[in-house]
Amino acid sequence: MSQKVLLSSKEIHIILHRLACQLLETHLDFKNTVLIGIQPRGTFLAQRLAKILTEDYKVKDICLGFLDITFYRDDFRRGDKTLEANKTKIDFLIEDKNVVLIDDVLYTGRSINAALTALQSFGRPKDVELLTLIDRRFSRHLPIQPNYRGRQVDAINNEKVKVMWEENDGEDIIYLVNN
Amino acid sequence: MSELSVKHLLGIKYLNEKDIQLIFETADHFKEVINRSIKKVPSLRDITIANIFFENSTRTKLSFELAEKRLSADVLNFSASQSSVKKGETLIDTVNNILSMKVDMVVMRHPNPGAGIFLSKHVNASIVNAGDGAHEHPTQALLDSYSIREKLGDVSGKNVVIVGDILHSRVALSNIFALKLQGANVKVCGPKTLIPKYIKSLGVDVETNLEKALQWCDVANMLRIQNERMDISYFPTTREYTQQFGVNKATLDKLDKEIVIMHPGPINRGVEITSDVADSKQSIILHQVENGVAIRMAVIYLLASKIK
Repeated sequence: MSQKVLLSSKEIHIILHRLACQLLETHLDFKNTVLIGIQPRGTFLAQRLAKILTEDYKVKDICLGFLDITFYRDDFRRGDKTLEANKTKIDFLIEDKNVVLIDDVLYTGRSINAALTALQSFGRPKDVELLTLIDRRFSRHLPIQPNYRGRQVDAINNEKVKVMWEENDGEDIIYLVNN
Repeated sequence: MSELSVKHLLGIKYLNEKDIQLIFETADHFKEVINRSIKKVPSLRDITIANIFFENSTRTKLSFELAEKRLSADVLNFSASQSSVKKGETLIDTVNNILSMKVDMVVMRHPNPGAGIFLSKHVNASIVNAGDGAHEHPTQALLDSYSIREKLGDVSGKNVVIVGDILHSRVALSNIFALKLQGANVKVCGPKTLIPKYIKSLGVDVETNLEKALQWCDVANMLRIQNERMDISYFPTTREYTQQFGVNKATLDKLDKEIVIMHPGPINRGVEITSDVADSKQSIILHQVENGVAIRMAVIYLLASKIK
């Protein structure tokens, strides 16, 4: 197994600020916008973006939620392991809201497909956008593309993108791991 | 990632502590799901479940059916009173006929202890025991412990007394296994005639004085007198039973602490507990019913994930 650094801490910092600015450009005051991080790993990115928007760009009262998609996945009983759920925490209605789904890596698109189904349990949003930090090009199983992307990479199938966050893993860094 | 150590839920006796924790953690997520405006998830859309009830049941059957539907499973309902069992069909034949219709899981209640275990050895489906005679009622015990955990934060170290007809109660036996497994202290309380002779071998104490038992406990689980399972008289009259083992507001007010009152239902109001106790703040009876759906969703989800 070998791994190379895809993005360093400094690069992640710059990209996060750029993504926050792009969100601001579209959503301005975030009055009718909600950010939803997909469990488990999208929540770190969603929290970071919310923090940047609040602290650096003085956006007030950002609605931030976490969505668990385990029970909506299309691979139930298809793997060897039981799919284990995480906590869903959405304390607001998404009816008629602009929803930004946030996940760290976009790969086959199946997670996002499940997230779109799961989202329906919380109301009918006005529109749904997708933000991902890493977009693995040419690996999609479904016609799903991000509206905001941090970095696009060409990774072949036996490679894996590993995103690490300071608050969880001790350091902001992204590796491309070759098995 | 963890999974259950068993393929069937036949009794708490066959589970370990990790299984119980996994069921509880999964139930936490399902409890959040059933409190949404859309209370349904698509996980089990390709699973068919048969509910086979050879004995009467209201809440358990409804609770299982609701849990299955909330998970998007297809549900078949079958009760013995309307079936060929009356025409002399055997249990295995009945179930195999149902399984020929491509059923993946069977939820069964049966008056004979061990019916679920017997079935699990002879048919190719995941079996969930919804009560087998006076043996076990595992999902009830799980939801009871889950409700204690929700109310008091933890089950470990808590003092729980089970009051009433211990001899005929599958709820009592499953609860004793579940509570001991999680490190609770358990006492049983009731007329000596309704306490099994070897109950102490399960590591529980016997207390025949209700007041002392209530003073000791954090939680009192009140059981119904199972008249339908009694072929002889175990106590002189219902009135006398109520005087000695019934809980009313005055009994609770006499204690110097506030205990939690549970009941698996159906309640005989005025016999084992009075209405003012059943409807009081100390009672978590309706929480138990709500938690029952979440627990059954968790059990079915975890067992279904092992069906290949």
